[in-house]
Amino acid sequence: MSGTATPLTQNVRLDGAAATLEQYRRTGGYRGLERALEELPPEAVQQEVKDAGLRGRGGAGFPTGVKWGLVPMGDDAGQKYLVVNADEMEPGTFKDRYLMERDPHQLIEGVAIAAYAVQASVAYVFLRGEYHLAAERLKRAMAEALDQSYLGSNICSSSFSLELHLHSSAGRYICGEETALLNSLEGKRATPRAKPPFPQISGLWGRPTVVNNVETLCNVPHILREGVAWYRALTASVDPGTKLFGASGRVRRPGLWELPMGTTIREIIEDHAGGMRDGYRLRGLLPGGASTDFLLPEHLDVPMEFDAVAKAGSRMGTGTMIVLDDRTCPVQMVLNLERFFAQESCGWCTPCRDGLPWTVRLLEDLVAGQGRAEDLEQLGRLCRLMGPGNTFCALAPGAAEPLQSALKHFLGDFERYLPRQSEVA
Amino acid sequence: MVGIVVDGEPHEVPAGGNLLQSLLSLGLDLPYFCWHPALGSVGACRQCAVVQYRDENDVTGRVAMACMTPVAEGLRIGLKAPAAVEFRAGIIELLMTNHPHDCPVCEEGGECHLQDMTVMTGHTFRQYRGLKRTHRNQYLGPFINHEMNRCIACYRCVRFYRDYAGGDDLQVFASRNQVYFGRFEDGALENEFSGNLVEVCPTGVFTDRTFSAHFTRKWDLQTAPSVCVHCGVGCNTTPGERYGTLKRVINRYHGDLNGYFLCDRGRFGYGFVNCADRLTEPMLHGQPVTRAEGRARLRDVTFKGAIGIGSPRASLEANFALRELVGPENFYAGCADADYAMLDTIRRVLASWPVHSPSLREVEGADVVLVLGEDVGNTAPRLALAIRQATRNCMLAAAAELKIAPWQDAAVRELAQQVRGPLFVLATTGTRLDELAEVVVRRTPADIARLGFAIAHALEPAAPAVSGLSDEDRQHAESIAEALKRADNPLVVSGTGSGEPAIVEAAAQIACALSRRRKQPASVSFVVPECNSLGLMLLDPKRLGKALESAESGSVPAAIVLESDLFRSARTEAVESFLSRVGETVLLDHSPQATAHRAQIVLPVGTFAETEGTFVNGEGRAQRFFAAMSPRGAAMDSWRWLAEAHPRHDWQCLDEVTGACAAAIPVLARMVDAAPRADFRIDGLKIPRQTHRRSGRTAASAHIDIREPQPQDDTDSALAFTMEGDAFDAPAALRTYSWAPSWNSNGQSIAKFQDEVGGALRGGDPGVRLFEPVQRGAAPWFTEIPRAVAAEPGVWLTVPRYHVFGSEALSARAESVVERIPAPYVALHPSDLARLGHADSVELNWHGFREVLPVLADDTVVPGTIGVPVGLPGMPCGPCPRTLALRKAEPHGSGVST
Ligand SMILES: Cc1cc2nc3c(=O)[nH]c(=O)nc-3n(C[C@H](O)[C@H](O)[C@H](O)COP(=O)(O)O)c2cc1C
Ligand code: SF4
Ligand code: SF4
Ligand code: SF4
Ligand code: FES
Repeated sequence: MSGTATPLTQNVRLDGAAATLEQYRRTGGYRGLERALEELPPEAVQQEVKDAGLRGRGGAGFPTGVKWGLVPMGDDAGQKYLVVNADEMEPGTFKDRYLMERDPHQLIEGVAIAAYAVQASVAYVFLRGEYHLAAERLKRAMAEALDQSYLGSNICSSSFSLELHLHSSAGRYICGEETALLNSLEGKRATPRAKPPFPQISGLWGRPTVVNNVETLCNVPHILREGVAWYRALTASVDPGTKLFGASGRVRRPGLWELPMGTTIREIIEDHAGGMRDGYRLRGLLPGGASTDFLLPEHLDVPMEFDAVAKAGSRMGTGTMIVLDDRTCPVQMVLNLERFFAQESCGWCTPCRDGLPWTVRLLEDLVAGQGRAEDLEQLGRLCRLMGPGNTFCALAPGAAEPLQSALKHFLGDFERYLPRQSEVA
Repeated sequence: MVGIVVDGEPHEVPAGGNLLQSLLSLGLDLPYFCWHPALGSVGACRQCAVVQYRDENDVTGRVAMACMTPVAEGLRIGLKAPAAVEFRAGIIELLMTNHPHDCPVCEEGGECHLQDMTVMTGHTFRQYRGLKRTHRNQYLGPFINHEMNRCIACYRCVRFYRDYAGGDDLQVFASRNQVYFGRFEDGALENEFSGNLVEVCPTGVFTDRTFSAHFTRKWDLQTAPSVCVHCGVGCNTTPGERYGTLKRVINRYHGDLNGYFLCDRGRFGYGFVNCADRLTEPMLHGQPVTRAEGRARLRDVTFKGAIGIGSPRASLEANFALRELVGPENFYAGCADADYAMLDTIRRVLASWPVHSPSLREVEGADVVLVLGEDVGNTAPRLALAIRQATRNCMLAAAAELKIAPWQDAAVRELAQQVRGPLFVLATTGTRLDELAEVVVRRTPADIARLGFAIAHALEPAAPAVSGLSDEDRQHAESIAEALKRADNPLVVSGTGSGEPAIVEAAAQIACALSRRRKQPASVSFVVPECNSLGLMLLDPKRLGKALESAESGSVPAAIVLESDLFRSARTEAVESFLSRVGETVLLDHSPQATAHRAQIVLPVGTFAETEGTFVNGEGRAQRFFAAMSPRGAAMDSWRWLAEAHPRHDWQCLDEVTGACAAAIPVLARMVDAAPRADFRIDGLKIPRQTHRRSGRTAASAHIDIREPQPQDDTDSALAFTMEGDAFDAPAALRTYSWAPSWNSNGQSIAKFQDEVGGALRGGDPGVRLFEPVQRGAAPWFTEIPRAVAAEPGVWLTVPRYHVFGSEALSARAESVVERIPAPYVALHPSDLARLGHADSVELNWHGFREVLPVLADDTVVPGTIGVPVGLPGMPCGPCPRTLALRKAEPHGSGVST
């Protein structure tokens, strides 16, 4: 069995430049695409990805092959689209950027295979507005791919054709929510859409559409090239494959590492991030980006798997953790995050639009020494109002997660800000 | 039907709906904001939360939005579940964080959906301590106020204005809690349905600016069920009065007709009622006289053998009373001869052809629509709004295939994007509906008629063929006929607007051809010029031209003119000559107009807001309207003046006139059923026009007389000018206002009076349809197909153009409407204008008069024709001549002939 333990980052160069097309091809690049086009009908590609057990890396962890399987197939299915979610505005998350900047062809191959699997003839990369370098490198790689017939008409002399467009976002966090992304791509306001209908049925311009995260798609070429068994053997975890895990905060070596799914939080923080910086102790962490619940030092041995993290009371999210140390105030940290979320609310639904500014206001009062005891209850109530199912999309529930868990785990830090009775009088 | 369980109680609800609508239809109360029965669900406000349980063992359930939840067999929900109650109160509390709480000075107060929902959720205590965000307000024109701070961001306004009504100058800007609903800059809202924002917006952001000018709380208004007088659609309205002023007009829901929406002409045109120059005293040769004197004069004139000229905007009863007074043989129609000819065709077609005249609800159900020669958007705006909805039926069908329910509004629109159902507009100039049309064909009036006849022939070879058609037009005819053949619910729309009788005939021909093919009556909708044009025709008047001709021979001793301005209906010199030859002219009218200046005797009458009677709209529906207030001065109902002058009839009340009319005119036999009679009572009491909460009853006129005034008696209807009685249980035709416990707003409280939300009013929508399609009987084809008009140098074919604001005479007198009326002009195709040497204004020869008017270039004008706006103040009055001679107007001296 060939293949490497770190397929996603195998071509990353130490000099920081993008892997060239030759380099990419040297490690088997575009062979997955060629195999798919030559050997497999689209449904078989879907099946392989299903069998590989790949789950979405954009945050929700939806099984990718299953998502593709919901797309209507057949000759009369009409125009379909594949959309790459490269918006990556989740605070603390920078994994997709790394993949696009360092190995753009990997994404392009993933796009081509995915588009073939659902028979989409047009694909878009919806890129975070600030990702200038990624845009530049993607554009270049797209031109090369077109030139080498990995994109365009009759790819690799097959009957399959694909147009790929790069769209740089005007810059809102909500544009990462897949249906708001579609509205934004259509030139409309970036407000989410109701589901059902799901994008696979009615997506971009009302046509069947698959939206996948960058990292998700980057896994696909390797599955097609090296096979399902190889992919599943990359890890002993229930969740197959590798993943880019990250750590930011006061760790010795903040960064990003490709590791097998199921790697424990302890291993990520202690081995790869080098543990806490001198003089700092671990207080807690947001395992999957800003919109996930705090976990505590007692959770260090939780494996980074979708279900295990959920069982511990949080979410795998993007798998890029933000570490809270003992000398940083969790209340101030949460305030900072809630300011972000309040700013980024799309304004469509009430709990988020009006709940987040109130949340921010209460936290500001609190840290300014003007809080009241009942404000803490009110913060809890606001979190519940913004809970899953209560809002139109997942932004507000995500925004509530760090706060609700901070209130649970760090209540004392909140209470410490309350003016003492004598001061109130 | 499916069975659902609400708070443990089983209920049956229709399958396929959403839970919110179903609960409201069951009569249960559940607060909501963003949902609207006509706009569907989008799930934005999160106010309609309930707890949904998985099964009978699930006791916790989860919060779900009722408006986004499809009802399904076995659905179990908790309306009163604590989690739902708490959540709903929480949402209101959030909405209120930025709300100014300025109810005492807010014009929405007392009929505010936000107030109602706030009370309903029980949120009373404010915990938010922060500053409120503030917005800058905009000037939005003469109709609408803007107070953005009151906004709760429910998105209804933009969804109505843009998605439903097709407007594009109201938008949502910014994001998060700064979302802003307004225009890109200050300026009048352009869409002709902007007034509905007043009722669609659940708060006081958009309020009626004309109402502000003389504001009164809802509960102090005296109101009555009425019918709009500003076009032939006959939308139902509720006018409201206080202190002798008509304060406003709002929508009165009618399930088959206007539903929840009116056009701005209908909502704001009421200003004419309040004009200071209204005719209020009987006048004899310009001098005021008593009512008795006026009555005596009317009798004298009648004895002389007067002819009567009826009115397309007066009630059936008034027209019938005039017809009785002068005798049917002396009864003429107060409309232009061309209109008469078209209305005569329409009357015959509706009465004896195998075609169906659809209600607006049926129009909304059409899947292929052909508009022939009518600018519906400007002549019958509410009908155009219904056609706009019809073009969405293909979207709904596509959505249904993917199991997306029609009420999933955003999902349906995203799926179908810009796709619209086939609408074909064949017109004599640009029209408001062109933007929605798959095919727009613009031709001269004769060519539009020819195209119409060709379509009829393509549908049914027995219909006469059209010779000499261009290849292009032959192809149009074929392809439109094909689309109509394929349709499940085809609809033909036409009307009198083009001034070309052959167009009306061609439209009838198409409908008839369709009926034959389908072996069932096909729908054809005719736009008629005025609120009672069709009613007048059913009284079988003679055409006005005949009266003018007989006067020429000196055989008309006197004329009684009812609520019409003859100068708008015939050439100026013909009317002048008529008036000078007729011995004496009596005019009954409420507003000054050209004929009033020439009549020897003027008798003041009430407007729609002050009188009662029956109108027949273009659909053929007889509808009763009631007075919201008493007439000014000595004015009274036209029918009463005329009845009092009658030598034999002793009619004391409206029911007697209505009854006599129904007995005399077979087609009107059922007009008596348009509303209950005047002796209708609930628990011995009449229906009150005043609300249970009216203030100042004993004090309102205390500055004149401190004794409480006697309530004015109303012998003509079952309505009373008092607070006493039961307005809640009144039958729909008599409902004076829409108000229910906990539901104070007009648009929302109506749910309590509907069979199911958005459906028919309980007990049936009011009014009586007079025509049902003749199932059999071969209609004779129209065989006179006009010839194509060859262009003649220097002669321009006139094509009437219409403006929502300005083309209709009464609304054009309303102060607010005046601001929106375009200045007089004529329009030419740019190439023709170039040939005229790019003139700024042209001199036209108008029935022998010379008029100089500004000229506009408009590429929707058919070359060789000249677009002449109808009725605009400052335009020459009278029906436009069929052709005009034209030349560039020079700043000084003589023009250059073309
Ligand atoms: C507020 C919000 C922001 C999101 N931002 C991103 C993003 O930047 N990138 C991304 O891939 N997914 C993002 N998501 C998740 C997407 O909605 C979606 O689940 C994902 O793109 C699906 O791709 P996957 O199945 O490959 O994971 C976001 C979701 C929410 C609610
Ligand atoms: S939760 Fe509501 S307001 Fe917030 S981003 Fe999603 S849809 Fe918009
Ligand atoms: S202006 Fe009125 S209708 Fe529009 S969003 Fe605000 S509250 Fe709703
Ligand atoms: S459409 Fe006609 S009847 Fe209806 S409100 Fe407008 S003017 Fe009045
Ligand atoms: S009415 Fe249901 S969410 Fe607004």
